[in-house]
Amino acid sequence: MTPELLAALEGAKAAKRPVALLTRLTDGAQHLWPDEVVPAPLADAAERALREDAAANVTLEGEAWFVHPHNPPLRIIIIGAVHIAQALVPMAQAAGYAVTVVDPRRAWATAERFPGITLIHEWTDDAVAALAPDSRSAVVTLTHDPKLDDPGLDAALKSDCFYIGALGSRRTHAKRVARLQEMGHSAEAIARIHAPVGLNIEAVTAPEIALSILAEVVATRRGAALARRPALAA
Amino acid sequence: MSDSEDVLATAANWRAAGETVALATVVETWGSSPRPAGSRLAVSASGKLAGSVSGGCIEGAVADAAKQTMASGAPQLLDFGISDERAWEVGLACGGKLKVFVEKLS
Repeated sequence: MTPELLAALEGAKAAKRPVALLTRLTDGAQHLWPDEVVPAPLADAAERALREDAAANVTLEGEAWFVHPHNPPLRIIIIGAVHIAQALVPMAQAAGYAVTVVDPRRAWATAERFPGITLIHEWTDDAVAALAPDSRSAVVTLTHDPKLDDPGLDAALKSDCFYIGALGSRRTHAKRVARLQEMGHSAEAIARIHAPVGLNIEAVTAPEIALSILAEVVATRRGAALARRPALAA
Repeated sequence: MSDSEDVLATAANWRAAGETVALATVVETWGSSPRPAGSRLAVSASGKLAGSVSGGCIEGAVADAAKQTMASGAPQLLDFGISDERAWEVGLACGGKLKVFVEKLS
């Protein structure tokens, strides 16, 4: 790999731009897609590898190519700059997620409590809408306060984020479901919300709850059976 | 940040510090290989390692090949896997097979 190509890969990463590295395994010749024009079969494979976030092998004119997708990081948007969020942030970063914390309560969302993290002090619906969660984003509400959590969930349900989780007991969630239905969300849409948030590992402490949340996000992302829950009784 | 991209950043830093560096990338796997295609290991001429291409079973052999590639400049495609029942002693205890592409950063 040339230093120029390495710099281009690093540049794409910094710009959060998806690129695929194409390597001819016979001699190491390399191209970056879509920055460079490549034969259609390679371009198609690159597009698919990025979409599926999975590397691929392609044979072109009898020669083997390796198609290596470099997608921008997965994101976790955390609503609520609470104690559990403080535990979740470093775990999520270690797992490769870009983390944003949203909380209009400036006493909670401080640089002292969340060093080096993007903090947003807007109201939660505006903040989530502005962050525009996509299919590589997860949204987790942790404030335990309906006037902060509900608008964030409302905005998350309008996005195609791959995971939505909400802290709170089953009873709290039943009330939340009723409120979200009043806001116009269907039962099917609301069923996207994982609540109570996190895999059931009998978590007690803030780091344990954070672990259960991150585990559920990963399980959902990877399509694990653990991530599927029976529907809650209405 | 995916872990393989973090390896690239580390490799870039080593090179900026004047080191010769090679990159190894898993390009194909069969069976129960511990690291998926795309996983990277960076190796420096002074023996530093970053990232991984297996659970630790083949990193030594890959680092040896990386040193050859650093010297010759020629890339290599390495095959690892079970070739007989005793292969686990020197290869992959998991029973997987994989191909690793080794290239010089130059």
